[in-house]
Amino acid sequence: MEKIIESTELTKTFGDFTAVNKITFDVKKGEIFGFLGANGAGKSTAMRMLTGLLSPTSGAATVAGYDVFTEQEKIKKNIGYMSQKFSLYNDLTLMENITFYGGIYGLSNTQIKERGEKLIERLDLGNIKKKLLKEVPLGWKQKIAFSVATLHNPKVVFLDEPTGGVDPITRRQFWEMIYEKADQGMTVFVTTHYMDEAEYCHRISMMVHGEIHGYGTPKELKKEFNAQNMDEVFIHLARGDQYNLK
Amino acid sequence: MKRFKFILQKEFKQIFRDKGMLPIIFLMPIMQLMVLSFAATFDVHNINMEIIDKDQSSLSQQLISKYASSSYFNILQNTPYDADNGESLQTGEAVIILEIPQDFEKNIIHHQPTQLSAKVDAIDGMSAGVSVNYAQSIIRDFQDNYLQEKGLLLKNGLKINISNLNWYNNSLNYKFYMVPGLLVLLVSMIGIFLTSMNIVKEKEIGTIEQLNVTPITKAEFIIGKLFPFWCIGMFVLSLGLSIAKLVFDIPIQGPLSIVFAFAMIYLLVVLGLGLIISTLSDTQQQSMFIAWFFMIVFVLLSGLFTPIENMPGWAQDLTLLNPVRYFIEIMRNVLLKGASWADVKMNFFIIGIYGIIINALAVLLYRKTN
Ligand SMILES: Nc1ncnc2c1ncn2[C@@H]1O[C@H](COP(=O)(O)OP(=O)(O)O)[C@@H](O)[C@H]1O
Ligand SMILES: [Mg+2]
Repeated sequence: MEKIIESTELTKTFGDFTAVNKITFDVKKGEIFGFLGANGAGKSTAMRMLTGLLSPTSGAATVAGYDVFTEQEKIKKNIGYMSQKFSLYNDLTLMENITFYGGIYGLSNTQIKERGEKLIERLDLGNIKKKLLKEVPLGWKQKIAFSVATLHNPKVVFLDEPTGGVDPITRRQFWEMIYEKADQGMTVFVTTHYMDEAEYCHRISMMVHGEIHGYGTPKELKKEFNAQNMDEVFIHLARGDQYNLK
Repeated sequence: MKRFKFILQKEFKQIFRDKGMLPIIFLMPIMQLMVLSFAATFDVHNINMEIIDKDQSSLSQQLISKYASSSYFNILQNTPYDADNGESLQTGEAVIILEIPQDFEKNIIHHQPTQLSAKVDAIDGMSAGVSVNYAQSIIRDFQDNYLQEKGLLLKNGLKINISNLNWYNNSLNYKFYMVPGLLVLLVSMIGIFLTSMNIVKEKEIGTIEQLNVTPITKAEFIIGKLFPFWCIGMFVLSLGLSIAKLVFDIPIQGPLSIVFAFAMIYLLVVLGLGLIISTLSDTQQQSMFIAWFFMIVFVLLSGLFTPIENMPGWAQDLTLLNPVRYFIEIMRNVLLKGASWADVKMNFFIIGIYGIIINALAVLLYRKTN
């Protein structure tokens, strides 16, 4: 299958500190790829390099065929991104945020209107349509952020801990939304520190201290470590065991 | 460029949704103009004075010694006749020329009316007004203490007849001199503070990250940030000029189109600078501090409070780098002197170059990838 993200020994250092250390992996078109790891493992840093927000220190990587060192602006035309911290405009309404980001990505007025209404209907947000986002609860905000990040139908969407801090029900609903987009052919690159969410991914990589220590399908990883669930896998990895399946 | 519409829509909405914004746009100009122009008082020392003593009498010497011993005046020369016909006023050497008429002593002794005359350079209306006041108070003192003691009472008092060399600003109202400058200050402050807080605010709350990951171009971003504040700046200027006319009745001798045309370019410089500050800062406090720093330097080197000619040489050179200086010059020259387009070509040229450099820098320095 076609590879939409390819990373070879991609590295980021901040001064003396290596936040991401020679990570090598690929993501296939249409895949839901999970990027797991504890807080501070380097997930966000890796994602920020892939989205063109951060210049890598060394290594090589392409996203949608474009180089992360030199073609960041071309990458940005092809991706969607939901940052770890909610970063839509709290002082604008839902529809205003949709209009703004739709416009930035070059959608026409009618496209914005159609997709906006569909989105509001899908999330059942009719009653908060005209409210400023600061008045909307976090769980809804996360779903809104996801919807806005995918509004322009990007080839890949990057989700940085999209379910951080939300309740289990909202998390489930969120994963349903991810599946809907994947079914439409969108590639999903998602980070999380909830190990149970790994089960929802086609393939995962596990980061420990800036390095990838486990890489494969959830099934493969569980089998390798003879584990019941991903939590156990993670414990093995944290102890220093490694498993990289090509 | 189709994106542009959406960017402006968003920026305008956010700005006018901010509750603090309307007072800044409407109240601040009114308050600042009122308070500053009424509160600004000036103490002037060492006013350069030339004396033409046509009488050469003991009384005239007495009067001159009063001026000489006052710290307000610095006597440049004391001649018996008008040698240079007011030349020293023209060149700016002297601010005031006092003329003591022939028969000054004789008239006083014979209780005849006599009149002193003073010519004042009113370009700098503020120091002109003050110097006339001081000159008069010394004459009053001379009359009330010195002459009275000698029993030389004058029927109508000793009069001083004041004539102005520079016909504009002839009411010697220092507010005329200050208000146009204060207006520049006001527009600059609003412009630089609002813009310097803007981008860094998006950084602080994190919304900039979502924006930086879109295909928005750096120029679109900067122009989108600049344009709404540019409109606000032009509005504040119009409001301020209206207040200046309605409340202070400042004269408008030259074409206002010059002032507005200049403001259009000038605002790009100030706002561009604010955006640069904002781009380079990590927190709003930081950007506020830097904006204040620039503003204070700009004001001190603008000629607003201290006339540029009175500054030391190095400071005069520095003012050439100060955009505020050029706008104050335009305001005073156009409003008070009636300057024409030809008179202000150089100011337009300099501010134009400034505008290009600053905004190119604003675009270049803004980083979509860190
Ligand atoms: N701009 C930065 N400067 C210095 N250190 C950073 C910077 N960004 C992240 N780090 C550090 O890099 C490490 C990885 O951070 P991050 O990628 O955010 O981890 P994760 O997303 O997995 O929780 C952390 O130790 C963090 O403190
Ligand atoms: Mg993170």
